[in-house]
Amino acid sequence: MTEHAYLIPILPLAAFFLIIAFGKRLPLKGPEIGIVAVSISFIMSVGIIAKFVGAHGAEHAREISTRWFPFGSGAHLQIGMKIDGLTAVMFIVVTTVSLLVQIYSIGYMKGEVRYTWFFAALSLFTGSMLTLVIANNLLMMLIGWELVGICSYLLIGHYWEEKANSNAAIKAFITTKTGDVPFLIGIFVLFAGTHTFNINAIYHKVAVGDVSHATLTAAAILLFGGAIGKSGQFPLHVWLPDAMAGPTPVSALIHAATMVTAGVFLVARLFPVFAASPEALNEVALIGAFTMLFAALIAMVQDDIKRVLAYSTVSQLAYMMAALGVGAREAAVFHLFTHAFFKALLFLGAGSVIHAAHSNSMRDMGGLRKLMPTTYATFLIATLALSGIPPFAGFWSKDEILTEAFRAGQHGPTHIVGYIVYVFGAITAFLTAFYMMRAFQMTFMGKYRGEAHPHESPRVMTGPLVILGALSVVAGFVGIPGLKSGFGSWLALGEHEVESANYLLIVVSVLLAGGGLVLGSRVYRTYAEVDPLERLGWFHKVLVNKFYIDEFYMAAIVRPIRDRVSRATLWINQNVLDGAVNGAAAVAKISGDGLYDQLDQKVVDGAINGIGITARATGGVLKYLQSGDVQKYAAYLFAGIVILAVLFTRFA
Amino acid sequence: MNLAWPLTLGALLFSIGVYGVLARRNAVLVLMSIELMLNAVNVNLVAFSTWIRETIAIGQIFALFVITIAAAEVGIGLAIVLLIFRNRETINIDEIDLLKW
Repeated sequence: MTEHAYLIPILPLAAFFLIIAFGKRLPLKGPEIGIVAVSISFIMSVGIIAKFVGAHGAEHAREISTRWFPFGSGAHLQIGMKIDGLTAVMFIVVTTVSLLVQIYSIGYMKGEVRYTWFFAALSLFTGSMLTLVIANNLLMMLIGWELVGICSYLLIGHYWEEKANSNAAIKAFITTKTGDVPFLIGIFVLFAGTHTFNINAIYHKVAVGDVSHATLTAAAILLFGGAIGKSGQFPLHVWLPDAMAGPTPVSALIHAATMVTAGVFLVARLFPVFAASPEALNEVALIGAFTMLFAALIAMVQDDIKRVLAYSTVSQLAYMMAALGVGAREAAVFHLFTHAFFKALLFLGAGSVIHAAHSNSMRDMGGLRKLMPTTYATFLIATLALSGIPPFAGFWSKDEILTEAFRAGQHGPTHIVGYIVYVFGAITAFLTAFYMMRAFQMTFMGKYRGEAHPHESPRVMTGPLVILGALSVVAGFVGIPGLKSGFGSWLALGEHEVESANYLLIVVSVLLAGGGLVLGSRVYRTYAEVDPLERLGWFHKVLVNKFYIDEFYMAAIVRPIRDRVSRATLWINQNVLDGAVNGAAAVAKISGDGLYDQLDQKVVDGAINGIGITARATGGVLKYLQSGDVQKYAAYLFAGIVILAVLFTRFA
Repeated sequence: MNLAWPLTLGALLFSIGVYGVLARRNAVLVLMSIELMLNAVNVNLVAFSTWIRETIAIGQIFALFVITIAAAEVGIGLAIVLLIFRNRETINIDEIDLLKW
């Protein structure tokens, strides 16, 4: 199975082309190809992860690669696959969510524009993400990374007829690209230090200490720039909430479960590089800690249900980053794993609600509990999972992160960073429970405030919700603390040590989550028109305006570039560059005209005409010899004979 | 036999023929002049044949060929002249200049 893992990304990529070529002629107009392809990928992923369950992951890791094309002197670019526990977990996450999202989309996208294309793009996205995951070298990973970015752009802008949506797509693309530039430079810095793009080779060089500490720090910080952009960390988080302009299944697939996890995956994949540099790790931890609280605060006051979830995603990704920052790689990937399921569930549930209420704003919802029982039940499970209530999935992973952060505070190289992550994480856990309960109350409880006639979504949409609901309950059990062959051992790069549970911390985090839920429920039980948080006054206003980050970027970056730099470039273009081009053209025209008049008309044509005229004049004279008088011809003949006879008698 | 006599006769005949071909306007007379020239050649052939006493009489055989050709030529020539006369009502050679430029 492991030898043929390359089929996992190839199948969805092939599905992309097949859907574009034949999708419209099929009975369902496209989705069946993508679903079949990703189903096979999913089955293979299950086969692969089965090898890593209950065993030390490192023993089953495989790397297969082949030369792709040569570059430089003697170096070769590789194409290959690296299968280890991390890859296997990512395979499961991507294929599961992609499969369920594609099934769900059959119902959700029914009758929408560019239906077939939508499924083609979903397949392309899935294939790109799997390419990024399977890559055994950084350049191949970069290819997947950029393909994922393109797909995100295409899918966010799916309804491009509306300007706001295409703007959101462009914003997402440019913002993540801002992170991709340092990412690319980071890859080359790492190459300069290790002379290889191969990830295993990089592990080896770092392990034996071949690379200088400064190079590793620079490379790690630059690579983290890419992760910041892709995973929506502060200060490049601005694109993720705007990306909610895309259809909701896209939000579930790309902006919750898979694409944004690429940043986390990158840091987890190159963890030895980061681990070799405490400075880089601390940066990761602090940015994560700041972002998680920052995003959770904004999420508290959003009225658009998808934006709440978007900021929640930013916040949860920051949890993973912070976990990586304190050295808890397994905990971070574990949270990535569980989060993918309940966040996809939340987005798909929100999609179901939006589908029914014809509005994104929670102000137009309320009281949907009775009308949409399946959506209600699954959304509740996801809310509890995200809040971190046992025994739901989110509890186990979030608790592990907090435990690891606390442990890093006690024993880690930089104590203060560990404690900062723990405190920020604890506050965020409380806020997370609060804003999720707020969203839950505003959407499902109270009286219906909108004008539509909501009803439960069709089976094809509720089915995936139920499956994801089940996963949100059980996905955490694989990582129960103290479990000998639990989640952590699948991923372990070396020897995995089994950590025992810290019951005090568990109690604290459960209390915080429960407190947040209770507070949210009490404050929003009577919600009707006015948001109770408005009592916070100016702080509420700051939160609603997302700390004015967008305005700041607009004023500090976008406007100066758009109004000054772009204008100046335009002026240079119009006056200098166009002048040069036009000048060259004018010179060419004048010299061409001159050549035509002088050389072509006079010399060349003169020669041709001269030959003609000469021939004609000669012929005009000679023609008189042809008199038609046979006797004259005979006379010439005899004259010639006489002359020849005379000449022969004289000279022969 | 003195060779000079027949050669002189041949030269005279040939010269008369040349004159007739170049100077006469009547196409029939031009054809007759051509016959004169051919016969001048025949005289020469027979005279030389006798003079060198050849045994197989090549010169005389050749003369017979020339006579045959001359007969054919006159036949075709008179036919052409006849057709020209039918078309143009004249056989004046000065007026028959169809191949003029």
